[in-house]
Amino acid sequence: MKPAPFDYVRPGSLEEALQALAGHPEAKVLAGGQSLVPLLSMRLAAPALLVDINDLPGLDHVRADADGVRIGALARHAAVLADPDVARVQPLVPLALADVAHATIRNRGTTVGSLVHADAAAEMPMVLRLLEGSIDVAGPGGRRTIPAAELYVGPLESSLHHDEIAVEAFFPALPAGSGVAFEEIARRHGDYAMCGVAAVVAVEGDRVVSARAGYLSVSDIPVVVDLTEALDGSVQPAALAAAADAALAQLDPETDIHATADYRAHLARVLTARVVTAAHDHAREEQR
Amino acid sequence: MGQKVQRVEDDRLVRGAGRYVDDVAPDALHAAVLRSPHAHARIISIDVDAVLDVEGVHAVWTYEDLEGAMAEPLPLLIPHPTLTHGRTQYALAKDEVNHVGEAIAFVVADDRYVAEDALARIVVDYEPLPAVVGIESARSGDRLVHDDVPGNVAASMEQSNGDAPAAIAGAPHRLSLDLHIERSACMPMEGRGVVARWDPDQGRLQVWSSTQTSTGVRAAVAAKLGLDLGQVDVITPDVGGGFGVKIVHPWPEELLVPLAAQRLGRPVKFTEDRREHFISAAHERSQVHHVEVGFDDDGRVLGLDVRFWHDHGAYTPYGLIVPIITSTQLLGPYKPGAYRVRFDSLYTNTVIVTPYRGAGRPQGCFVMERTMDAIAAELGKDRADVRAANFIQPDEFPYEHGLIFQDGRDLTYDSGDYPAMLDKIKELVDWDGFESFRAAKAAEGKRVGLGLACYVEGTGVGPYEGAHINIETSGKVKVATGLTSQGQGHQTAFAQIVADELGVRFENVEITTGDTRRMPYAVGTFASRAAVMSGSAIHLAAKRTKEKALRIAAEALEADIDDLEIVDGVVSVKGTDTSIPLGTVAVLSNPLRYAFDEASKAATQFSVGDPGKPPVAEDDEPGLEGKDFYSPPRSTFASGMHAVIVETDAETAEIRILKYAVVHDCGHLINPMIVEGQIHGGVAQGVGGALYERMAYDESGQLLNASFMDFLMPYVTEVPTSIEIDHLETPSPLNPLGIKGAGEAGVIPGSAAIAAAIEDAERAVLPGFGITAMPISPSELFALRAAHTPRDAQESK
Amino acid sequence: MSETTHDIRLKVNGTDHDVAVPARRLLSDALRHDLGLTGTHVGCEHGVCGACTVLVDGQPMRSCLMFAVSAAGHDITTVEGLARPDGELGPVQQAFRECHGLQCGFCTPGFLTTITAGIAENPDPTEDEARDMIAGNLCRCTGYQNIVKAVCRAAELARPAQDSRSEVVQ
Repeated sequence: MKPAPFDYVRPGSLEEALQALAGHPEAKVLAGGQSLVPLLSMRLAAPALLVDINDLPGLDHVRADADGVRIGALARHAAVLADPDVARVQPLVPLALADVAHATIRNRGTTVGSLVHADAAAEMPMVLRLLEGSIDVAGPGGRRTIPAAELYVGPLESSLHHDEIAVEAFFPALPAGSGVAFEEIARRHGDYAMCGVAAVVAVEGDRVVSARAGYLSVSDIPVVVDLTEALDGSVQPAALAAAADAALAQLDPETDIHATADYRAHLARVLTARVVTAAHDHAREEQR
Repeated sequence: MGQKVQRVEDDRLVRGAGRYVDDVAPDALHAAVLRSPHAHARIISIDVDAVLDVEGVHAVWTYEDLEGAMAEPLPLLIPHPTLTHGRTQYALAKDEVNHVGEAIAFVVADDRYVAEDALARIVVDYEPLPAVVGIESARSGDRLVHDDVPGNVAASMEQSNGDAPAAIAGAPHRLSLDLHIERSACMPMEGRGVVARWDPDQGRLQVWSSTQTSTGVRAAVAAKLGLDLGQVDVITPDVGGGFGVKIVHPWPEELLVPLAAQRLGRPVKFTEDRREHFISAAHERSQVHHVEVGFDDDGRVLGLDVRFWHDHGAYTPYGLIVPIITSTQLLGPYKPGAYRVRFDSLYTNTVIVTPYRGAGRPQGCFVMERTMDAIAAELGKDRADVRAANFIQPDEFPYEHGLIFQDGRDLTYDSGDYPAMLDKIKELVDWDGFESFRAAKAAEGKRVGLGLACYVEGTGVGPYEGAHINIETSGKVKVATGLTSQGQGHQTAFAQIVADELGVRFENVEITTGDTRRMPYAVGTFASRAAVMSGSAIHLAAKRTKEKALRIAAEALEADIDDLEIVDGVVSVKGTDTSIPLGTVAVLSNPLRYAFDEASKAATQFSVGDPGKPPVAEDDEPGLEGKDFYSPPRSTFASGMHAVIVETDAETAEIRILKYAVVHDCGHLINPMIVEGQIHGGVAQGVGGALYERMAYDESGQLLNASFMDFLMPYVTEVPTSIEIDHLETPSPLNPLGIKGAGEAGVIPGSAAIAAAIEDAERAVLPGFGITAMPISPSELFALRAAHTPRDAQESK
Repeated sequence: MSETTHDIRLKVNGTDHDVAVPARRLLSDALRHDLGLTGTHVGCEHGVCGACTVLVDGQPMRSCLMFAVSAAGHDITTVEGLARPDGELGPVQQAFRECHGLQCGFCTPGFLTTITAGIAENPDPTEDEARDMIAGNLCRCTGYQNIVKAVCRAAELARPAQDSRSEVVQ
């Protein structure tokens, strides 16, 4: 399993990288390569040109401030995961990152790369959607911001243009009075999950004032469901069941060799209850 | 013997200085193989024109380029009278392909990248044919894999002892069960690989192969290439795991690479990649079984009648070994009053099936142990008690089952002590304390279950292995045995045997395996036979070497042989200072009188040989050497019992192993550290086979999970955090060391024990819940729970 | 038309190697076939098995998921670079030998590099942390039992050495 031949450039500036992409409709951007290289080796993809952006300056940043977390295109998952400020500002980011593949893959793979790879079975695209974050992309016409809601348009398909490079991701900070939780169930530790759910729950006192959950591996693009109405303020079993019903109405799990659609739906139900409860508890702790 | 000696292999391997087949011949050209994308198709045409002008391509062949024996089908290695419709593939497909991955064209290029570029340019026109996938489809016979094999049946076989149907009909209790095991595979971390170099100056071919039989490959290459055996050397370097798949030979590439080396006059290398390994090596395990059993009030089996269907894939190069083993080894430690077994071996348009560690035994064990559990449930008896009621007793050995085993010999167990073993496993897993553990867990809202499975494993099958020992004048002991090593630590275990018998330092013994230049007569490493066969042969050869050393030393020291002893490589007269090092004895053994080194100078002080006779006596040979072969009358039977405690998640149906206990009897242990390592690895593969691994074919014969991403081999996170092991040592009377094989044991009862534990956990909540197929995933357990309605539970009560 | 090659300098185990490779040459192949460092093994070539793991600037990475051209300018350590300067086995290597942490040895180099980095980061791992450290590497022979033991043993062997190194630095 060896890649087909391709041309290769490793530009030293964003401008050069964009120029290289502009001239080549069949070019692909190489950052961490942890998803791309296997596709190349299996010859499932054969781009004419690889634009290696690993030398671009100023893109390996991880910055967390009151607004949220900004992650540069060359920041590795491991760097984001290890950053204590990220965990403080938006704890859902490290919670989910810890389940992204294995540590060795996280040492090379980039969070932004994972976001624009747009895999509905991956953790970070779902988290970006749930948190209503965004991606900044640079293109021939300058820079633009793509909100997560507009980023995922189809299976493994983002709304990035082929001549654009994602340069930064933004995950909004966790608002006061809110809590988060994440859980996924995979066949083996480190595998793509059969189902994964994250939740953001805001409380006033013990009462849920808003609750949203994100789902992975149970639809062909990352799905976020607002559970506020279904919960009606509570996290009691009946409310959780109603929330799971509301979620399942918007999910479309499929059967594959690892799990049936029924089982995935069941997991979505179980995990919805678990993460909503956990996010609620987290929010209560944050209040104290 | 018996010591936990650290392995001599490791220093090399941990430094990255191992020599695996892809590491040798860095100057070699690289081969790649075009493989069928269809499970079943006629080949209309193959156009290779576009490849010819690819720079760096040296050869591109299809079937049309093969001649003579190379154009004949590959050998059917193990024929059997009941294998009436055996079929094997061609080295490159002729007219038809019968599974996804079958070799169609062969390219040799400067490197593997260019070779794969060339493959992409070959145009094949196929006429797709309907595919036969799975036992149901094969059994129905609606579609045929091979046009001339009616019903897809390659073989039908029956064996019996007594009148099982009559015994069942007359029994006070009867049950029938349908049991299924799915496909898995060996999946060594290193795939297949072969390198060949043709030496035109010597007219010799040198082949390195990642194989479990270098002598087998040698014979096959010589026959297919039309060379004399004496022109072919096969060397097995370090091998990155085998587990059975590498006993198959010759693979198409094992013939095509040497042929290319000879035709091109350049060394050529083929290194299989992972996807190729999934679709063009071999799988195992898929069988469907129907059991009828009749038993008495104590659970004693009066009659057992088993019918099963074995999916052997597209071809039968390895004959019927796997189903024959299932049909005989299914009996485990038990002695049913009467037994009948019948099987059909069926073609499907999938990868060939050949032995994978355990080789038919995991299926047989699953069938027998599920049956034992069903009997216990039916009678409301303790599952261990029902087993005990059926055991062959220690005073009944040798025990004859009245059947023929895989080696064509009587199925006769040599030794064992199953009641003692059951006591040990019950203690190790705390069998009697389990119900209170279950109650405590239930109070926390958790479901736990306990499973037990017993097996007997015929190991050390013949026909023979040999060993050659040569003591050099330096005192170093060079040992060669012909079978190969894939990580079992043979260099260590065999050196322990030699050191013990010869009285030399362990560090001074050097073992060579799998090199036909050093030992051209050998069979191979499979069937847990290496320690028994080569271990015994080495022991016998060491004895011979020792006898010769003592004879020469006695003469040199002018002493009586009976007064001599060898300690740390020095022969001395017991209780005196009179001594002679073995290296010096080696010099004396060779009447080539040149003082070329210090050892030979030192030897001149001794005088041996009768001056009135020829320097080499009529019945003697020069050199301090010994050679011998070990050929036992039949296999030796190791045994074991596993007990496992699992927890099944009430909500998510995830399955977690809380405790895994093993009692194992392989006779005397050569190196307990190595034996326990073998058990650990086997258990992990058993867990993989029970909970994670399966070959997922779709209806068209595409393998959907041909990668490590989707074929779920356990990581450390999926195996039990500890495996508790206890040993029983019932020596074999069949060999001089009293040993039995240990390599495959760990994997055999995995599915049986884990299925039993999961069933036990679920039954506490869902009475009558049953598991009849393995492996099982959380998704499947969830579906089983959903399908197990309260009504079913009522009926099974 | 022959494929364009790139002249790169790979620094492996402290030694610079100048090689000309096509852009598509995987780092694993460059190490094995261009540099002759065959200790790094290839088990799956899709990043799952971990046999090809090497250290890139001290961090474990899959060499089958990197192109050699991308590795230029980085400090690469392979299994051949894990022995002590005097040629004795390094702590992880020694621990694997002592604990019978390997059988066929094919996956071993990837474990050794991974654990070398792991115990540098966590010099006193618990058994659970040891499992976590090796959770991305497949072994088909050992059932991992003795590899977990070897991680703990390696950490034990490495600790005094690290202490003395830090003294030297001070």
